[in-house]
Amino acid sequence: MAKFKTHMLVCGGTGCRASASDVLYENLKKEVKEKGLENDVQVVTTGCFGFCEQGPIVKMIPDNTFYVGVQPKDAADIVAEHALKGRKVDRLLYKDPVKKEHVPDSKHMGFYKKQIRIALRNCGLIDPENVNEYLAADGYEALGKVLLEMTPEEAIQIVIDSGLRGRGGGGFPTGVKWKIAQGVKGAQKYVVCNADEGDPGAFMDRSILEGDPHTVLEAMAINGYCIGATKGLIYIRAEYPLAIHRLKVAIAQAREYGLLGEDILGSGYNFDIELRYGAGAFVCGEETALIHSMEGHRGEPTFKPPFPAESGYLGMPTNVNNVETYANIPVIFNKGAKWFASIGTEKSKGTKVFALAGKINNVGLIEVPMGITLREVIFEIGGGIKGGKKFKAVQTGGPSGGCLTEKHLDTPIDYDNLIASGSMMGSGGMIVMDEDDCMVSVAKFYLDFTVEESCGKCSPCRIGNKRLYEILEKITKGHGAMDDLDKLRNLSNVIKDTSLCGLGQTSPNPVLSTLDNFYDEYLAHITEGKCFASQCKDLIKYEIIPENCVGCTACARNCPVNCISGERKQIHLIDQSLCIKCGACMEKCKFNAVTII
Amino acid sequence: MTSVKLKLKENDVKKIQEICKSFNNEPGELINVLHKTQEYFGYLPAEVQEEVAEGLGISVAKVYGVVTFYSFFTMLPKGRYPISVCTGTACYVRGAEKVLDEFKRILKVAVGETTPDGKYSITCLRCVGACGLAPVVMVGDKTYGRVTTDGVKDILKEYENE
Repeated sequence: MAKFKTHMLVCGGTGCRASASDVLYENLKKEVKEKGLENDVQVVTTGCFGFCEQGPIVKMIPDNTFYVGVQPKDAADIVAEHALKGRKVDRLLYKDPVKKEHVPDSKHMGFYKKQIRIALRNCGLIDPENVNEYLAADGYEALGKVLLEMTPEEAIQIVIDSGLRGRGGGGFPTGVKWKIAQGVKGAQKYVVCNADEGDPGAFMDRSILEGDPHTVLEAMAINGYCIGATKGLIYIRAEYPLAIHRLKVAIAQAREYGLLGEDILGSGYNFDIELRYGAGAFVCGEETALIHSMEGHRGEPTFKPPFPAESGYLGMPTNVNNVETYANIPVIFNKGAKWFASIGTEKSKGTKVFALAGKINNVGLIEVPMGITLREVIFEIGGGIKGGKKFKAVQTGGPSGGCLTEKHLDTPIDYDNLIASGSMMGSGGMIVMDEDDCMVSVAKFYLDFTVEESCGKCSPCRIGNKRLYEILEKITKGHGAMDDLDKLRNLSNVIKDTSLCGLGQTSPNPVLSTLDNFYDEYLAHITEGKCFASQCKDLIKYEIIPENCVGCTACARNCPVNCISGERKQIHLIDQSLCIKCGACMEKCKFNAVTII
Repeated sequence: MTSVKLKLKENDVKKIQEICKSFNNEPGELINVLHKTQEYFGYLPAEVQEEVAEGLGISVAKVYGVVTFYSFFTMLPKGRYPISVCTGTACYVRGAEKVLDEFKRILKVAVGETTPDGKYSITCLRCVGACGLAPVVMVGDKTYGRVTTDGVKDILKEYENE
């Protein structure tokens, strides 16, 4: 990469592409050509920078200038000003929300200050479709080291010593898992990468696969050598077309370079990787369900033991790891187990990638050391709550996790602390909620998801979650009774104790954690018929405040069901029997004359 | 079963057989075969499933079991402009439900249904991973971000004359 003076890195992740970053890329290339700068400026499509909130992103190397919200038409200015004259385009720079000043480069952005990027090290830095860029970033060095200088036992010991735990949710020590798989004999062993990211609101794995696909291939080959497998499979969601495309490109390049296939790097070791597509089933994140799905069956889990290490894909010993877990592996070999273990807390080593979303200023993908507090993540990296509203809860672990509140903000984040707080690490979804979110409705939202995604094999999950959902529905409609709260709790505990797989064993967590942390909201729904957040339609009424109404007719004109009456310059009135409580009148009223009671 | 009845043409049968053959008529490739088949037909009606079962030498019940298990597979034809509203958590807390209600209200169809003229269909999907743009709506392959209830009309307007 040395011969160019300037590199323009354009984010080619799903989020930025949806905002036309692909057109922007073409425009930048065109401008560079027109100005005759082809030999000085290189325009590169990269993976996700993580700062999805203000995409599309363009980063300039070497000065780290960070342009946000760049439109295709801005290409001319960036090339003419920055590339040609060396002047930053101020209007495109990130603006600090507190100081209201432009931030000159990414190093000075609060969003990046506390991050340590290990799994995401190459995302937003290299062109994911060019193996040479991965090689230039120490790519496949770890594989070479392992294949040519280490025995499988030595390599596994390094993974054990690093303290790396599974990033897919469970947190099982990765090295131990490999050792178990190594110890089982089988005619054909398999290595499987779980890229079935089903947690709604999480996009860590997608970003890694889109931004740095080779790291996953390299780690799988290392994994294969360690356990004695020659075949690898990546189980990926069909809903991720861009990630699939980049994986296909990467696999073809790796084969061409002799980094996959027969006799890798002259070591005599053979390993190749194929893709298998998911078809939209959350339960397939569970490893036994995933294996059934890869075999062409319904993705139903089976009882463990036997674990996949003993009897997995096609009945053969199989090791399943998640994308993010794999993304850590090459670095552990390059920098050493000791280095990795020096980051994080006593029992949770390294970093964790979170998909920060919801009511937060900086939605995006972040990677932070284990042990950081929720407060640092939400208020420093995340830039606080959107619109200056009040923080209410943060949901971690997706449908399997729980809602944490103000009192948990200073708890260091690691696997064990999150479980002790009634939530879990999960795969890394982190959804922030503010005072406008009704926690009973949030619990209902997750149960709706679980009911739909339950595979139906075992009755506690299939029937129990449906009953939980119905009770929550009753409460949000204002028909709840006090004994419903006991029923929710008892039923939740039964489902947790008796379900077959991880889905059912964790599905009541959103209910239990909201009951624990937001009990007064449940009470208000039941005893007073009130929803604090004004989200439960059956418990609220829109009314016009006569003193404020000037008769501008804005509300009546925008009401989709024409239930607001009143002449011009006269006080208007809402017909409650027709109102569908969409809130359009309140949004449109400029005089604060519509209120919720 | 509420499925559309369809008499398969000779060409269609041939196409299904070709797809099965490209996966060596291997029963374990059922999901891959269904992906390819749905890509071709747009949906997987009973008649198509029967042909797939025949091609892979497995029971129709097995095929039906798999088709109905995974949300990606559908037995009903989608509209020419399939509308997918993301109902992942990030979109949910930023108002996806209201957006969905607005589409349902204007088009007068429920989730999973297609308008009588075959133009639009509405489905929910779980997270496209563009949470920075929440709430997100997709029409075909085109992504719309930060959609408001007001914005729904504008989106539909783009397809009005097509």
